[in-house]
Amino acid sequence: MAILEGKKAIIIGDRDGIPGPAIAECVNTAGADVVFSSTECFV
Amino acid sequence: MNSVIKGTSYVLVHTPDMVLHNGTTQTTERIVNPESEYLKEVPKHLRSFEDAVNYYPNQTYIGNLHPDELREVELPWYNKTMDGAKRYGKFGEIMPQEEFLLLVQASDMFEVVRLEKGFVESHKEAFMANPIISEDINARIHEGVELSEIENFVNNEDAEGLYHDGKLVGCVKRAHDIDSNLSAHVMHENLMSKASSVLALLYAVKNAGIRKEDVDYVVDCAEEACGDMNQRGGGNFAKAAAEVAGLVNATGSDLRGFCAAPTHAVIEAAALVKSGAYKTVIVTSGGCTAKLGMNGKDHLKKEIPILEDCLGGFAVVITENDGVSPEVNLDLLGRHSVGTGSAPQAVMTGLVISGLEKGGLKILDVDKYSPEMQNPDITVPAGAGDVPLANYKMIGALAAKRGEMTPKDLNDFVKNHGMIGWAPTQGHIPSGVPYIGFGIEDIKAGKVNKAMIIGKGSLFLGRMTNLFDGVSFIMQPNSGETEGGSFDKAEVKQLIAEALKDFAQNMLDKAE
Amino acid sequence: MDLENQKRVKEFAEEFGPENLVVLLGAAEGEAAGLAAETVTAGDPTFAGPLTGVQLGLKVYHVCEPEIKAEFDEAVYDEQISMMEMVLDIDDIVSEMSAIRDEYTKY
Repeated sequence: MAILEGKKAIIIGDRDGIPGPAIAECVNTAGADVVFSSTECFV
Repeated sequence: MNSVIKGTSYVLVHTPDMVLHNGTTQTTERIVNPESEYLKEVPKHLRSFEDAVNYYPNQTYIGNLHPDELREVELPWYNKTMDGAKRYGKFGEIMPQEEFLLLVQASDMFEVVRLEKGFVESHKEAFMANPIISEDINARIHEGVELSEIENFVNNEDAEGLYHDGKLVGCVKRAHDIDSNLSAHVMHENLMSKASSVLALLYAVKNAGIRKEDVDYVVDCAEEACGDMNQRGGGNFAKAAAEVAGLVNATGSDLRGFCAAPTHAVIEAAALVKSGAYKTVIVTSGGCTAKLGMNGKDHLKKEIPILEDCLGGFAVVITENDGVSPEVNLDLLGRHSVGTGSAPQAVMTGLVISGLEKGGLKILDVDKYSPEMQNPDITVPAGAGDVPLANYKMIGALAAKRGEMTPKDLNDFVKNHGMIGWAPTQGHIPSGVPYIGFGIEDIKAGKVNKAMIIGKGSLFLGRMTNLFDGVSFIMQPNSGETEGGSFDKAEVKQLIAEALKDFAQNMLDKAE
Repeated sequence: MDLENQKRVKEFAEEFGPENLVVLLGAAEGEAAGLAAETVTAGDPTFAGPLTGVQLGLKVYHVCEPEIKAEFDEAVYDEQISMMEMVLDIDDIVSEMSAIRDEYTKY
């Protein structure tokens, strides 16, 4: 069963890993609805 | 003709008491968990001034240990002591808290800073003995006030306490009763930034071998904002710090762009000089109290000292071409544009490739990359990873994707084109600029031919855009030409005209 | 995890029901990924944010984990994320994430 299809996705990206908007681009192709996308910065 | 980087300065200020009182990790904790164990533990895990001086990466920051030498020292560094470590380095110094508080008072133009009499008396002599502190700054030190007066401001007037060795020794008063932009908290943050910028300016002038009067313009690229309720980021830190530093012929302005700001600022300064608008421009920045102890919780959990206990500052002096100093190449600027997107490979392509392509250069043509040079001794235990290493891997991965090398060459790429990080996690301070000082030396010595300075900034933290940002420029050896040292165009035209005239006259003579 | 982000996660769990949410992380390190995953499953381990003591048990993945990656359009993943596979320690991330999910995820 798909993990993302039909789900609400919350994205916590990382400035030094993968930023939120890049993840959102991918999640949109998997049938999930992005309800929140943020990018954290630890430095 | 390209402008040159004539000198730099790098300064640290050891401010252990501000970790507890002004770092946001700690001030947030005080709001949500006032009785927390963490807050009780913090003072026990702060380093002494000597420990901060003896800390390897700090010695690299002020110029006493080349990054290539630092790389030979095995991590972790917090439990090691550098032999021969000194307070002063060729780029600047590590100033102790007590002397810095006097510099803060001297940098305050509105009498919001009050220091206790005895405290001033105890530390005035040491402060004034510092050769970089000029007479005019010494003359600004007040004799101080009674402790009861300070206590009254802190307890009844919302003043921000100034502490040393855990004791109240002064305060920063609010500059307005209602305006939150002039609150004691904001005034404190801004004055610490300003005073550390003053220190950086003083060293920059000295290190570049120029006179204070030579400076035409100052660009401040810190991350604070000063202003009042009608113009919250009105500015201008640059001119305010230039005033204290005695740069009497300078004006200036503030440039903001999160951690990308220093690189933006150097590019703009180099352009201002190259265009002829100004002859000598200094890019400067002081440090950020909010980030002190930012990863303190993780450091404590790992039973290591709180390593984010220093404010950072730096300055870069840009002048007309002197025929010697490394040039800023404005033809090969890289940038992350609005349309670049936020995919890491798109970001790196914008920052690194977009500039190189203008000169037909490849990634491997650049000898040294200086992206974000955060000290991994601080970030790795905090779970934030080794930031410079991640950046080098990304640049290397791009080179592999473009067929310049194979993925198995990645480690060699990191070793040959990269460095280990040494800068304190002060946001804008580690971003690209920490290498410029060593870069000048490496380029002059012929060790490095091209160095790319990369600044990256997390604009999304300001909640105005989801975008990322960044710019890059290349430092290169001096072409050997100086301003006025080569033929100027009018002179050449004149010479050609005269030669043609002689030639024509000869022809005429012969024809006759 | 940032306190504001914790607040939003908590609100979304109330609004949509925790069983309908998936949290996706882009952390740079296994440890940081694990801490964020712990926050949205077992509660904020730093005891600072709104999720302190709140056991949401949400489904949580790092975007580079194979089962999540498999659900993305390959070309989009390649363009947006793939390069980071050369940079991140994926094995470490997968092991941290699986450990947290096995212990705390309820859905």
